[in-house]
Amino acid sequence: MATKSLARQQMLGRLFIYSALILLALYYLMPLWVMVTTSLKPLDEIYSGSFIGLPQEITFEAWSKAWSGACIGTECTGLRPYFVNSIMMVVPAVLLSTGLGALNGYVLTKWRFKGANLVFGMMLFGCFLPYQAVILPMAQVLGRLGLSGSIPGLVLVHTVYGICFTSLFFRNYFITIPDELTKAAQIDGAGFFRIFLSIMLPAALPIIVVSCIWQFTQVWNDFLFGVSFTSGSDTPITVALNNIVNVTTGRKQYNVDMASAMIAAIPTLLVYVVAGRYFVRGLTAGAVKG
Amino acid sequence: MTDISQSAAVPGTAPQRPAATLSARLARWLPRLVMAPSFLVVLIGVYLFIAWTLWISLSSSAMLPRYDFVGLEQYVRLWNTPRWHTAVINLFLFTGLFLAVTIALGLLMAILLDQNIRAEGVLRTVYLYPMALSFIVTGTAWKWVLNPELGVEKVVQSWGWDTFAFDWITRPETAIYCVVIAAVWQSTGFAMAIFLAGLRGIDSSIIKAAQIEGASLPRIYASIIVPLLRPAFLSVIVLLSYISIKSFDLVLALTNAGPGGSTEMPSTFMFAYTFQRNQMGVGAASAIMMLMTVAAIIIPYLYSELREDTHGH
Repeated sequence: MATKSLARQQMLGRLFIYSALILLALYYLMPLWVMVTTSLKPLDEIYSGSFIGLPQEITFEAWSKAWSGACIGTECTGLRPYFVNSIMMVVPAVLLSTGLGALNGYVLTKWRFKGANLVFGMMLFGCFLPYQAVILPMAQVLGRLGLSGSIPGLVLVHTVYGICFTSLFFRNYFITIPDELTKAAQIDGAGFFRIFLSIMLPAALPIIVVSCIWQFTQVWNDFLFGVSFTSGSDTPITVALNNIVNVTTGRKQYNVDMASAMIAAIPTLLVYVVAGRYFVRGLTAGAVKG
Repeated sequence: MTDISQSAAVPGTAPQRPAATLSARLARWLPRLVMAPSFLVVLIGVYLFIAWTLWISLSSSAMLPRYDFVGLEQYVRLWNTPRWHTAVINLFLFTGLFLAVTIALGLLMAILLDQNIRAEGVLRTVYLYPMALSFIVTGTAWKWVLNPELGVEKVVQSWGWDTFAFDWITRPETAIYCVVIAAVWQSTGFAMAIFLAGLRGIDSSIIKAAQIEGASLPRIYASIIVPLLRPAFLSVIVLLSYISIKSFDLVLALTNAGPGGSTEMPSTFMFAYTFQRNQMGVGAASAIMMLMTVAAIIIPYLYSELREDTHGH
């Protein structure tokens, strides 16, 4: 009798846990659901009050408008050129900051020099810098370098502040590789770069993925640098999205807004779904010490 | 700090020979040379630029930077600006609520997920995906959800609850809570991930022993497990505070600091005064205030993390 009621209690407990988890999941999925369904509805259906339901009539008109027809200011080019801008910004910024971060992590762990810890600490603070404290001088410097308002300028900015994160990732990873390994290679006559290329890099594959994914997400999702340093047709996609959404003239095209938001979100969502494990590792790197 | 730098067996130092050749000397300096450019750009991009901003905040700069010295005039002006008061009050209100709700919900989700749940991977993915989104996307989505004319309010009313009102986003007194709702939605997964990692690090025999003693599961969590999560709490609190102080994109996309400036935050204030109102000096002063707030939280945290780190290795 006693065991029976205990089993029942346990089952009720499980039931409670699962219902709570599922309810929470629904809550977290709701905005995504609403974004996708709204983007597939014709505008009249939206204004007649269908918010949460499936579209009665599926149309990709809003998506094609968001991609190639929506107006930002006076230019009606859609998000396509800004998507391209973001790609042109993200790819070099990710590769540069990851490459430099790998070298820095290697030096900081295997070729320690006097003051290395201070150097590392100073870079670490850069991860937590509120960028508001540097945008004014950065704007001045970009102007003097002739890079203001351009994608190469944004690549430079993202590389500079990205190095702080990538150096942290690689430093905390390389510190787990035994020093004996590099010392033995040195005795065999391998030099600085040789050891880096043939011992460290092959071992660092997981952290290279973490670093690339983290930087990709950070740079793609950045808004502050984009809106501060670029304007007009040179802005990244986040700035363009914000401009589309804030158009105030005429009947508000919610379906185009949602399709635009989806277009801006898809690259990072895709990376997250494909490589979520590595994404989480990057996310928790600031909290879990190496 | 002393531990590492002194005990460091520097593998790079070449054997000491009386007349080191040029190439040997180069080899010895090579690691530092490789690191130098990165360190230099960080030195400039972080530290020199902070000093530069500080200088602007002490000058009479308005539309263009002017490099004179007017003392704390801009700070006085800043603290006499009602909009800045709103921003500071909002920051405290927002940070307090955002932290409390995100931590409570994140911890709850982590504990629930830690009960041998089937499909844990799928649920974790669902809880964490907002973290991959840009704040602009989050703001756009929630602006639509919270829109009283066509969003949640309308849906609930159409279900028959005619008097249901959820028009917070259009009212100055409540709009800041909408920012909290969206920010919590975006960040809970992050808190959950850190708490879950902490829970997985706890020896499960502790729970078993307490169960044998006859303690109920909620009791075990409240009095044994949660206290063991102290380091995770510290990390979550520090990192979420940092997110909340610099949050800029979300406010801009969701409410554009409105209605009527009611959701102004230090970050939006800084941007508006620097780039739109041509009051660069006030903008720089507000940026320095933000930096000081972040530094007061982050530097002790980094210091303690690094110290433990040194002892650990």
